[in-house]
Amino acid sequence: MIFLELFLSFLKIGAFTFGGGYAMLPLIMETVVSKGWMSEEALIDFVAVAESTPGPFAINIATYVGSEMGGFFGAVCATLGVVLPSFVIILIVAKCYEKFRKSKLVSGAMTGLKPVVVGLIGAAILSIGVKALGLSSFAFSLSFGLSLLFSLIILVPCLVMAFKKLHPIFIVLISAGLGIGFGYFEKLLATVIS
Amino acid sequence: MNKLKLVFTLFLTFAKIGAFTFGGGYAMIPLIEKEVIERKKWISEDILLEVIAIAESTPGPIAINSATFIGNRVAGFWGSFAATFGVVLPSFLIIFCLSFILRQFMEFEPVVFAFEGIRVGVLALMIKALVGMYKKAPKGLLGYIIMGLGLILSAFTEIDAVFIIIGAGIAGIISSLIADRKLKKQATGAEDGKKEDKK
Repeated sequence: MIFLELFLSFLKIGAFTFGGGYAMLPLIMETVVSKGWMSEEALIDFVAVAESTPGPFAINIATYVGSEMGGFFGAVCATLGVVLPSFVIILIVAKCYEKFRKSKLVSGAMTGLKPVVVGLIGAAILSIGVKALGLSSFAFSLSFGLSLLFSLIILVPCLVMAFKKLHPIFIVLISAGLGIGFGYFEKLLATVIS
Repeated sequence: MNKLKLVFTLFLTFAKIGAFTFGGGYAMIPLIEKEVIERKKWISEDILLEVIAIAESTPGPIAINSATFIGNRVAGFWGSFAATFGVVLPSFLIIFCLSFILRQFMEFEPVVFAFEGIRVGVLALMIKALVGMYKKAPKGLLGYIIMGLGLILSAFTEIDAVFIIIGAGIAGIISSLIADRKLKKQATGAEDGKKEDKK
């Protein structure tokens, strides 16, 4: 049953991702790709949509996948799933707040969880990078070299802007504009050559 | 009656926060500061810092963690319910409506080209997030081993990421317990040494 599957999958995502935002991406990616709900590329496209629409990324993606797979009720199940673990855990933590803050178990677990998130995101970047830069169709050809060059021309200014703490929306807009420009340029080039 | 009003105000405030932060998570914090601390004076700046620390060490989206915690502080269970519902509702409605439009848009040629560029832009954002999280992570030998193992296991094996995350948490707990025991031994060892000196 798709509703239960959506609820449980997003419950798992809500319960096992620490750090929020991009730290949640590896587990989200693994879940939606392995279930066949979304391709890796479609998920990355949606990251851009989520950056350009209000609200937390986890909620946006849960609502989107839920609605694509099971309509309104699917969206409700997925969103409820991703919210519920935080909600319950924070209510418990708020009750025994002092204990939680001083707990050696919590601080100990965090010394393992913080670095593992770095590793997981690194893996996600590798897998997405290969696709975003077009490296998966590697061949010594003009079109491959050209599209790699274009990708790098987009990547470098985007990296600079990201590290200058420019709002992600601008990065989405600029990379979209460059993408459109290069897309039509390549198309034009292809017709000229042929 | 007063409580009901408070709960409703919580809902509205967090709905506003949810509707006006793009990107979520940390992007939300300046708005929480403005609405919850400056305007409503529900909590102090110190508590917000603690909320962020707690949100980081509990699972789930930071926006949800913060809304639940602050709502609970202000008005108990129903407060946390109203704040969480409020922060979720705008994204839910917007994305739900958008999902119908999005699929049709994706077919257009300029949109296809735009997203080819955008994927590279998102890659840049992820690299930025990676660097930010690397800076926050503990740097010792154990930290580097966990980073490397996490990367390799996630990139090259079929192991469920949940198990990698659980494993890392357990490794962190064990290592801090060992470090603790060592510290205690050193402390008692030093005390024994002093006693012997006195003799």
